[in-house]
Amino acid sequence: MSPDRLVYMANQIGKFFEYQKANEVVPGIANHIRKFWDPRMRKAIFDYLDQGGEGLDPPVRKALERLKGEAEGKHRKDALPESSFQGT
Amino acid sequence: MSLIQDIDYGTPASKAERQVTLTIDGVSVTVPEGTSIMRAAMEVGNQIPKLCATDMLDSFGSCRLCLIEIEGRNGTPASCTTPVAEGMIVKTQTERLKQLRKGVMELYISEHPLDCLTCSANGDCELQDMAGAVGLRDVRYGYDGQRHPNPGIDASNPYFTYEPSKCIVCSRCVRACEEVQGTFALTIAGRGFDSVVSPSQEQPFFDSECVSCGACVQACPTATLNEKSVIDIGTPSRAIVTTCAYCGVGCTFKAEMRGDELVRMVPYKDGKANRGHSCVKGRFAYGYATHKDRILNPMIREKITDPWREVSWEEAISYAASEFKRIQAKYGKSSIGGITSSRCTNEETFLVQKLIRAGFGNNNVDTCARVCHSPTGYGLKTTYGTSAGTQDFDSVEESDVIMIIGANPTDGHPVFASRMKKRLREGAKLIILDPRRIDLVRTPHIEADYHLPLRPGTNVAVVTSLAHVIVTEGLVNEQFVRERCDWDEFQDWAEFVAQERHSPEAVEKLSGVPADLIRGAARLYANGGNGAIYYGLGVTEHSQGSTTVMAIANLAMATGNIGRRGVGVNPLRGQNNVQGSCDMGSFPHEVSGYRHVSEDTTRTMFETLWGRPLDEEPGLRIPNMMDAALDGSFKGIYIQGEDILQSDPNTQHMAAGLAAMECVVVQDLFLIETANYAHVFLPGSTFLEKNGTFTNAERRIQMVRKVMAPKNGYEDWEITCMLSNALGYPMHYDHPSQIMDEVAELTPTFAGVSFKKLDELGSVQWPCNEKAPEGTPIMHMNGFVRGKGKFVITEYVATDEKTGPRFPLLLTTGRILSQYNVGAQTRRTANVVWHEEDRLEIHPHDAEQRGVRDGDWIKLSSRAGETTLRALITERVAPGVVYTTFHHPGTQVNVVTTEFSDWATNCPEYKVTAVQVMPSNGPTEWQEEYEELTRQSRRIAEPLVAAE
Ligand code: SF4
Ligand code: SF4
Ligand code: SF4
Ligand code: FES
Repeated sequence: MSPDRLVYMANQIGKFFEYQKANEVVPGIANHIRKFWDPRMRKAIFDYLDQGGEGLDPPVRKALERLKGEAEGKHRKDALPESSFQGT
Repeated sequence: MSLIQDIDYGTPASKAERQVTLTIDGVSVTVPEGTSIMRAAMEVGNQIPKLCATDMLDSFGSCRLCLIEIEGRNGTPASCTTPVAEGMIVKTQTERLKQLRKGVMELYISEHPLDCLTCSANGDCELQDMAGAVGLRDVRYGYDGQRHPNPGIDASNPYFTYEPSKCIVCSRCVRACEEVQGTFALTIAGRGFDSVVSPSQEQPFFDSECVSCGACVQACPTATLNEKSVIDIGTPSRAIVTTCAYCGVGCTFKAEMRGDELVRMVPYKDGKANRGHSCVKGRFAYGYATHKDRILNPMIREKITDPWREVSWEEAISYAASEFKRIQAKYGKSSIGGITSSRCTNEETFLVQKLIRAGFGNNNVDTCARVCHSPTGYGLKTTYGTSAGTQDFDSVEESDVIMIIGANPTDGHPVFASRMKKRLREGAKLIILDPRRIDLVRTPHIEADYHLPLRPGTNVAVVTSLAHVIVTEGLVNEQFVRERCDWDEFQDWAEFVAQERHSPEAVEKLSGVPADLIRGAARLYANGGNGAIYYGLGVTEHSQGSTTVMAIANLAMATGNIGRRGVGVNPLRGQNNVQGSCDMGSFPHEVSGYRHVSEDTTRTMFETLWGRPLDEEPGLRIPNMMDAALDGSFKGIYIQGEDILQSDPNTQHMAAGLAAMECVVVQDLFLIETANYAHVFLPGSTFLEKNGTFTNAERRIQMVRKVMAPKNGYEDWEITCMLSNALGYPMHYDHPSQIMDEVAELTPTFAGVSFKKLDELGSVQWPCNEKAPEGTPIMHMNGFVRGKGKFVITEYVATDEKTGPRFPLLLTTGRILSQYNVGAQTRRTANVVWHEEDRLEIHPHDAEQRGVRDGDWIKLSSRAGETTLRALITERVAPGVVYTTFHHPGTQVNVVTTEFSDWATNCPEYKVTAVQVMPSNGPTEWQEEYEELTRQSRRIAEPLVAAE
């Protein structure tokens, strides 16, 4: 899947959460991507992250690193604080 | 089964609480104060003769047939205009009354052509009935005094005729057009014996302002206004109540039949969404069901370049199943998926997602709501806790201020628009946020108090600016916010919106809306009494669609306009079952009732009942499916009742995605555009041929009832079952009611829903469960579903789709009254007379600059592609903005729309595309190629030619 499009989508999500409360920004982005992105999309962006992740905005990068760690079993799924954004 | 005769009480019901008791012909009657004597009599089954009265309309008192005597009063007042009074003693039948009525009828009949036996309304004519009711036996004035010179028949409307010589000038049609429809197209021209009904300036109906809703035809007591179908076929003999399959209003109709032929659709008076009214589509545009283009036999082909081959159902289903199995074996479990339809029933939608989740074993299911109201789901769930509108339609009757954002109700939701217009005529105030001057900005007897003609793409800025005014001018309903909402979040939000950069003066620069209009509109909404917001795709189809929905939700909370009648936040849903398809779990991340697939308890519940493990990871959304197809990881798709190629953005990307798949199965009525890329075609059934339910924009679940056998052999849910069985995941249901029982078992908000209950109550609005056994008309009455209402910071982020020297204009898209969505149905009815083609609306200034004249062919181009269509020069659009519809495949407007989409849901940004417009002399290369492709791919191999 084209990383450009995924980076664009991730940054777009980032731009919404960046303006929310400081403690909501990274969990908000991470939860959103975990909740709505199919595993192959997440895997593609993790691979892109491994290659340097150019173009990813800083909070987005942080969120993706958290998610990636979680996917690799480095920390528990629920280690990430829940987001108050429960939209579906 | 027989015809369903609604009781006509003669005058509308009174809403008064105080009761009054009187005696009519010796029978005691108790009715609400303000009730007419006519209605009170009918309440006890005593029908007073009448001609000009009908209970859809206010009484008028012109025919003088309904006279009565009241003890202690002089004269013989009309019972339709005389209200009841305590202790009144009324007589409806005396010698004097009998003589008077006969006299009146004699006059009517002497002026009326007496060709009753050959009249199309024979047996269905109130004039005949009344002649019988008053015992008319002879007419002293002879029968040849035809009052009207016979001006012939006006058959200009495709669906009904006007035959003035049969008119009794009762004005029911005129009043129906005014009171029920709100169009004011008819008047009575002339006086006395010369008076006639006249559309607009004595024009034929077709040339007048008439929008063909049919309310006048329904109101007419004679054959003067009559459906052409009744003239052709004859009067109906039986009726079944069902629900319109066109838009999210969800009008219910009596489908009136003779044998298995549909004679006419008559709006059902007990229908709680439409209250006896309808629009041109639901009432008249059902001809597609029997159109010659309909495909009735299954077909397959190995390659999309091959002609279609008609095969048996067995062969088609087993071919599709074996292909899906092959693909999964080769490319993995997640390499296939499906799309549910907002046009199909809840039961059908539920089965398709069940097939995908349990049968395919993944969550690659999505629905066309992706491209329309997915931001509504996200935004309202986040702020309030429920992915749905908050009110019922009746609520508008108590609104004092109506704010419409990015919706065009008179075209998109006509019957609700009529109800809204009624309230506006009663004095409610109106605020409109829309780049176009939609009809409601100024229409007979209605003028918007504020029209904010914002630049496409600036919704968030403008709505946040409304909030700025409310907060900085102290208009917040603090008590409501403290009680119902998260106070900390409110304070953060209030601080955010109060920033100077959100002031109307600052926002004017980017939105183009004069600051004083923003200020005025905000004050009116906050101070004007019950404020209700209605919004449409002009809100959702943006890169910040979800943010705008949340900005709207913030406004309603800040002013306390939520949780009671007359207020609320209401998405106007496009297709008939958008709400239902979302409720039924059509999204890749959630099962029915909006529960995420990762919730263990929810999944366990489904797994237990369905006997298969469910994937805990979300699946692909439609645009991502196409990306994955191009990537090689998504190879097969089952599409029920959706034309994604025509309706989704960036057609060329969509086409490439479909072309990259190895098995595309399309289940539809026609060889739709998407079918150009299909390998298996499964003929679908129309709403007239199936049982099930639809859920309208007010969360109202209503019955769809089969009025004729499916011409293709099966209802759509049966086809899904066959496919599932062939795939090795057995599905067995005898009737859709069993599917709804399963939905109820698995979905807490539907726990109390069953076909039995729907038959009894007519309809219910979810949530319907133990706490609300008869449903929930108004949401969030005693607090928000999520607990405390959540205020969300709504930072405006300009779309990346920007105008520049190459593409200086902004294109926005929409639809019109007579056509529906991609037009596959309405284009196959007489509705085409109102909209033969998509046109590009362009402001005179922009047109002149480019040397474009009205009706000229123009080339419309964007970064994504180009197409050609004809220009319509109009000041409805602002300079710099152009507008068109997407009802015709030849135009392929989505060739130019881009892939920018809502940040939260990927709902495409249809409403903003930077474009250029140039004069043109013919179709583009893409249009030509596409036409050839369509021609090629619709070939059906001889000798088995499709049903003609
Ligand atoms: S069809 Fe509807 S709009 Fe047309 S004249 Fe009759 S009531 Fe009015
Ligand atoms: S057209 Fe029908 S409804 Fe209208 S005035 Fe004549 S008889 Fe009455
Ligand atoms: S299209 Fe909508 S407004 Fe028109 S009849 Fe059908 S449900 Fe009603
Ligand atoms: S029905 Fe009362 S005056 Fe016509």
